[in-house]
Amino acid sequence: MIKTLDLAPALPEVFVAIAGLALLMLGVFRKDNATRTVSLLVIMVMAAALMLVSSLGTERHLAFGGLFVADRFAGFAKGLILLASAFSVAMSLQFLEKEKIARFEYPVLVLFATLGMMMMVSANDFLALYLGLELQSLSLYVLAAFNRDNLKSTEAGVKYFVLGALASGMLLYGISLLYGFGGSTSFETLANLFAGGHDHPVKPNMGIIAGLVFVLAGLSFKISAVPFHMWAPDVYEGAPTPVTSFFAVAPKIAAICLLTRVMFGPFADLVVQWRQVIEFIAIGSMFVGAFAAIVQTNIKRLMAYSSIGHVGFILVGIAAGSDLGVQGVLIYLAIYLFMNLGTFAVILSMRQKGRMVEGIEDLAGLAKSNPVMALVMATLMFSMAGIPPLAGFWGKFYVFMAAVQAELYTLAILGVLSSVVSAYYYLRVIKVMYFDEPTEAFDRPVGRSMALVMAVSTLVVLVFTFVPAPLVSSAKAAAAVLFPAGG
Amino acid sequence: MNDWPLLSLTTFLPLLGALFILTIRGESEVVTRNARSVALLTSLATFVVSLFIAVKFNGASADFQFKESATWFPGTTITYAMGVDGISMWFVLLSTFLTPICILSSFGSVTTRVKEYMVAFLILETLMVGMFCALDMVLFYIFFEGVLLPMFIIIGVWGGKRRVYAAFKLFLYTLLGSVLMLLAMMAMYFEAHTTDIPSLMAHSFPVTMQLWLWLAFFASFAVKVPMWPVHTWLPDAHVEAPTAGSVILAGVLLKMGAYGFLRFSVPMLPDASITFTPLIYTLSIVAVVYTSLVALVQEDMKKLIAYSSVAHMGYVTIGIFSMTTQGVEGAIFQMLSHGVVSGALFLCVGVIYDRMHTREITRYGGLATRMPIYAAVFMLFTMASVGLPGTSGFVGEFLVLLGVFQVNSWVSFFAASGLVLGAAYMLYLYRRVVFGRMVNEDLKTILDMNMREVMVFAPLILIVIWMGVAPNTFLEPIHASVAKMIDHYELARAAHDGLSVAAR
Repeated sequence: MIKTLDLAPALPEVFVAIAGLALLMLGVFRKDNATRTVSLLVIMVMAAALMLVSSLGTERHLAFGGLFVADRFAGFAKGLILLASAFSVAMSLQFLEKEKIARFEYPVLVLFATLGMMMMVSANDFLALYLGLELQSLSLYVLAAFNRDNLKSTEAGVKYFVLGALASGMLLYGISLLYGFGGSTSFETLANLFAGGHDHPVKPNMGIIAGLVFVLAGLSFKISAVPFHMWAPDVYEGAPTPVTSFFAVAPKIAAICLLTRVMFGPFADLVVQWRQVIEFIAIGSMFVGAFAAIVQTNIKRLMAYSSIGHVGFILVGIAAGSDLGVQGVLIYLAIYLFMNLGTFAVILSMRQKGRMVEGIEDLAGLAKSNPVMALVMATLMFSMAGIPPLAGFWGKFYVFMAAVQAELYTLAILGVLSSVVSAYYYLRVIKVMYFDEPTEAFDRPVGRSMALVMAVSTLVVLVFTFVPAPLVSSAKAAAAVLFPAGG
Repeated sequence: MNDWPLLSLTTFLPLLGALFILTIRGESEVVTRNARSVALLTSLATFVVSLFIAVKFNGASADFQFKESATWFPGTTITYAMGVDGISMWFVLLSTFLTPICILSSFGSVTTRVKEYMVAFLILETLMVGMFCALDMVLFYIFFEGVLLPMFIIIGVWGGKRRVYAAFKLFLYTLLGSVLMLLAMMAMYFEAHTTDIPSLMAHSFPVTMQLWLWLAFFASFAVKVPMWPVHTWLPDAHVEAPTAGSVILAGVLLKMGAYGFLRFSVPMLPDASITFTPLIYTLSIVAVVYTSLVALVQEDMKKLIAYSSVAHMGYVTIGIFSMTTQGVEGAIFQMLSHGVVSGALFLCVGVIYDRMHTREITRYGGLATRMPIYAAVFMLFTMASVGLPGTSGFVGEFLVLLGVFQVNSWVSFFAASGLVLGAAYMLYLYRRVVFGRMVNEDLKTILDMNMREVMVFAPLILIVIWMGVAPNTFLEPIHASVAKMIDHYELARAAHDGLSVAAR
């Protein structure tokens, strides 16, 4: 055990924490409205943190007496999280100013949520996990209700808080069971215990299994997987749109990476026990995501179901239980990040006469009134449906390849079938934009940051097929960390 | 230009053209004109480049030629591998040949959003050509599936009244089949540890696994061919698609399914192919006889030709699974011929549709008096579709029947009955549209084909007669590749028979 309090591996987190506090002060002491300044600074802090993360190198380091780990997996996840958060902040500013809810707390809260996520993916102990998760969740509850004079927004905040607290409770209860039956909260100790490398090997008894299931339930809530998905559509719809765009990406990525680490860390040798559960959750999420989205008329609700479906596909990769599966999860997450950011940039630009609109029908005839935006949206929708040669296909390709390798044929077949169903509603969006007659054009211009996000995400989605190597290789290296024995 | 990556050039040249068209800015009229000419020039240039492939192709060799390879996905065997043999070479040419014709033919009929239309068509060409050149399973899948994107847009935006329904049906039907194929490909990858198509052809898969893999591939290719009973998307798609969309759909996209059978099912899964041959025969015969009967009662011209396509593709699948030299070569020839002839027939419908804006057969009649050139052209393609000797249609059908007769005379009997039915519905169509008295008033001012339309048809006429009179030009390069495939298949069949004897 490492006794020294080595802070170096946690340098990015320390930096973000200090910067967050400083920015809070700045916001309070600046007399005038400081939202714009603070937002810019937050983006810069995130960029700096991204550089710090990449400067840590590829070695595995422990900190805080083994509670915290910095390795390539965490590095990859943090990279995605920081990117997602920075883009979200960039997309929010314009909306907040137009809706007159621009307060400097917003970017700071995003920053703290991001800090929580970074802690989550670096957790090496259930306590550290819980700490990170709660920091993230509490920031998110406030963000959901950020438009406090709006009934829907406050409702979303309360709903999210109540259900989130319940999920945290379940998670905590699961952890306590694990502690009670396993005698530790450390990932490594537990992993050793289940692997049988301990003096008194613990057979996976009922207590451990129950603990595992509770932990899974708690985490499933955070990634809005079926049957813990009910909050997602309401919160997505109610929360201010930039918050929704943030919810849909960064916390999802963090929670899925966390889930992956937990499943392949302490529970690596309990694959037989958790695989069934994950398979069930995956199938449920894929099908609920696919079928429930068909009847939606609000695009934010549609995105909620779409993200439930995506989580289902990602879980297929985890269910495979192999390094290929984890690689697939990471590739999927990276592509998911860009697809969602781009889509939300379009949604945030759906503004008629200064007023936000959220109906799918409001997109009618976009191909005529704003062909570039329609092209962006169509590309992203095709990509989400998983049609090659767009990037979204490769995410699905990798997770299903892992499932086939693990001989989970039923899961794979059900998965691809649900992806056909989900193609229907993505196509419907394209149909509305391209085949229907225009109603009312959206306001122009869309704003520089929106245009930038749209351009970047569309480019990534289009170009990935031609130059897949950087992402695929780094995801592979990151996934390998979780399989120390080489597979 | 020996070292030029000819195949990649042919594949991606249209994409470059599409990107170029996207950058065109200015007044809408100028944009329209420029988009049209850029698209036409690009597709013509692509055709010229693809001619080099044909000229430089070594017909004596059964190997894949013009091979290219580049690393693509690290950590897997998925590479960017291109190459053509005698079979795929012709399909590349078919695609590059039909695309400029389609683009030229839509100068008159497509007047809205021309820029997007041309971009979609050029992207479609890239995907089609790429699919026939792909030597890597995953690369093949990318192109195979990617075709759906532009096709969805083409039908949905420039289609007829029920275009939305047709576009969705086409997309979801095809996707449903394809995803199962994708899983089969993954399973093959983990069995053979390669995605390289030539290596996979040499690999022998366990027999039980073959059955499952075969069914998964069948799910995809049968929809694409289309075989009865999963053909129902085709009449809808054809009726609603704009003329050029129908031409490409009938001319090239239908061939993708049969090409898949030739590339994957038969050479890679020979045991399963032997097991399932009766299934293919049955479905194909039903397709030939039943859809011919259905075609007889159609009132929409495009729908009639669509059903005739299903029937004609029935010959192709019979030919492929007869696994005799004549049968397979006949099937390939029939595909090429059908690609040209059905494409031309859709263009014929397009010509009068552009004038009258209806495809109902009863609205026409007596066109021969006002449109003699049109009547002659339509006559030629009707005859080619019927299979008159001297046209391309005859050679393919004859070879298929000859091939399958050696294996199963009943199948050839039923298939031959389809020829009679084919003659019936095509001639019936022709009589109702072109002959008879001109009863409808508005037909009396109809104009004959103009210069542009004649230019569209001229190359098609030339090819149809060339293929009918001198089929050897086209069959020569195919021989070696087909012979290799059949040898391989016979080996597997011998082993298969030996196995079943031993099991007794």
